[in-house]
Amino acid sequence: MTGTLVEVDDLKVHFPIRRGVVLDRTIGYVYAVDGVDLAIRRGETYGLVGESGCGKSTLGRAMLKLTPPTAGRVVFDGIDLSTMRGERLRTMRRRMQMVFQDPMSSLDPRQSVESLLVEGMRAHGLDTGREATTKRLRSLLSSVGLPSTSLRRYPHEFSGGQRQRIGIARALTVEPELIVADEPVSALDVSVQAQVINLLEDLQREFGLTYLVIAHDLAVVRHICDRVGVMYLGGLVEETTSDQLYAEPLHPYTRALLSAVPVPDPVLEDRRERVLLTGDLPSPANPPSGCRFHTRCPWRQQQRCDTERPVLREIAPGHRAACHFAEDIRAGRIHPHEVRAELVEQGGEGMRVDDPLAGPASITEALGP
Amino acid sequence: MALLEVRDLSVVFRSRGHQRTGEQPVAAVDGVSFDVAPGQTVGLVGESGCGKSVTAMSIMGLLPKRGNQVTGSARFDGTELLSLSDRQMRDRRGRDLGMVFQDPLSSLNPVVPIGLQVTEVLERHQGTPRKQAAMEAAELLDKVGIPDPRRRLSEYPHQLSGGMRQRALIAIALACRPRLLIADEPTTALDVTIQAQILALLAELVRDTGTALIMITHDLGVVAGLCDEVNVLYAGRVVERAKRHDLFAAPRHPYTHGLLSSIPRLDSPRGERLVPIKGSVADNIPWQNGCAFAPRCPNAIDTCVEVTPEMAVDPLVSRRLLRCHNPVTATQREALT
Repeated sequence: MTGTLVEVDDLKVHFPIRRGVVLDRTIGYVYAVDGVDLAIRRGETYGLVGESGCGKSTLGRAMLKLTPPTAGRVVFDGIDLSTMRGERLRTMRRRMQMVFQDPMSSLDPRQSVESLLVEGMRAHGLDTGREATTKRLRSLLSSVGLPSTSLRRYPHEFSGGQRQRIGIARALTVEPELIVADEPVSALDVSVQAQVINLLEDLQREFGLTYLVIAHDLAVVRHICDRVGVMYLGGLVEETTSDQLYAEPLHPYTRALLSAVPVPDPVLEDRRERVLLTGDLPSPANPPSGCRFHTRCPWRQQQRCDTERPVLREIAPGHRAACHFAEDIRAGRIHPHEVRAELVEQGGEGMRVDDPLAGPASITEALGP
Repeated sequence: MALLEVRDLSVVFRSRGHQRTGEQPVAAVDGVSFDVAPGQTVGLVGESGCGKSVTAMSIMGLLPKRGNQVTGSARFDGTELLSLSDRQMRDRRGRDLGMVFQDPLSSLNPVVPIGLQVTEVLERHQGTPRKQAAMEAAELLDKVGIPDPRRRLSEYPHQLSGGMRQRALIAIALACRPRLLIADEPTTALDVTIQAQILALLAELVRDTGTALIMITHDLGVVAGLCDEVNVLYAGRVVERAKRHDLFAAPRHPYTHGLLSSIPRLDSPRGERLVPIKGSVADNIPWQNGCAFAPRCPNAIDTCVEVTPEMAVDPLVSRRLLRCHNPVTATQREALT
């Protein structure tokens, strides 16, 4: 049961920016995911972290072909998904399921829990008989910690944490191997978050699942993931084991990200050294040349960082980073300097700033988390 | 001398036609008291529904009069805020009292340029002539770290990023140098790197201007870095109040302790299992019949469901107020770590 379950090879997802009422012209692209390589081993929990707009959710969706990739390959258990479509793809989907962030909007309010759970089983021919199905649903509900009386109830009758349990149970009905969990706990209160995190860990042990956890909360990711990939503007900038990442971050962005997370310990907070980033995330429709992080990087060096895009390379065993100067920064040969905040234009390339149609940078930004 | 003294503040929500339907009124805030001194940062911490935002809204006089019953007292520099007329309150808000909300996009006017939204406050409260107000607005935007402030004055909220919008909102709140600033989850909608920038900005403002700050948040990490004194709220009441270092070093209320042990931390060894608080707020009992937290509390004893605990000085640790019959002891804390 070891080996690679999912392999992602130079995956790209570019969303076209369209303009015009009659003539639909493409005036540019949002480079949501721009060349990502990664491999997820069977039975492990892989975490994707990054700030809003870095492409982590799009990458997760593209891996399940819920969003069609522009280029690149996704190989699931030796089978190339990129050429697959129609019925064959649908059957493959049984083996990979998704748990969404908002348990209210991802459960149909008019379906009872039983009908929500049975739907997937039916679609994949796993509903073999009334008795067997009911038995299976009851055991699943007890696995996720809900009473079996829940079957006849509707989503609105449950609290947020319980709804997330239903969402997890639904993903499990079809006996998947991979579960992609997109921000599984960020909509929940802290005391309930811990319950769901523990549940995810228990289920992994019980069913031998492989997880891809997408989250912005670094403490949560560190807690549940074996390996972590850090994304910035559509690309992976660092990848290593969870312990290694927090012990010795190599990419300047990871350093800044880790130092920005508040820790509930005043003693530590008082003497912490922060790498404060200036400015905002540049627009993914108009990414900076060279290293995408160079506009905000306190360790940026002349010339090379502005022009040459660093590739993700192995710096220590099992530790990859996309930075030209990772070794120099680690050895303390170059030091951080002050960065002046650059103006970040909202809206994509080719849009004027005073354009009344330019909306917020993303939907998540407009609605909050 | 306290700048703001909140005493026994209660807010009761009544639904329309409650007498006819027999629906029970809900006490969102149920007797909250605390003080804020100039230059001090006081934290109100709790999960959703604990009444932390409603406390802030009632102090600012922002709750609709209809359907809400606000009782108790909130004295700001000797003036009772709760009995001020709407007109008097409008004079205070924006001048003496500033507020920063969670979601900057919905609290900025989408059809008015940023500059005008800043100068509006200066003109209204200080009678600053428009030309001079525009200059002051540019200075304010610069102070809160917005690059190229002159150009930003004529731009609209949708043209700014989330972090920049929150900065603009802070600039508006600070325009008249208020003596008290209330920040209601100011960084919740923002990414961590932007959150760090905004928190650093708020800390700097408190240090430089002596503004008193009430920080409302659910994030214990934010509290640990910023607040001098912390109030932990549960079901509309303060259950524990302590200095920041005391609280995190030795939480005494089982709820505070539960919150701290249920969050994964960056600095703790990996692989440890989280200890969640069992149940959810739906399990609460009304405060009148004992301790609201009792059904979820690992420390609950018979007294907890019979006698309502009162806020009292902690018998073991001075400088701390506690609402609990059976607080967490040092041995219990060690058993968990």
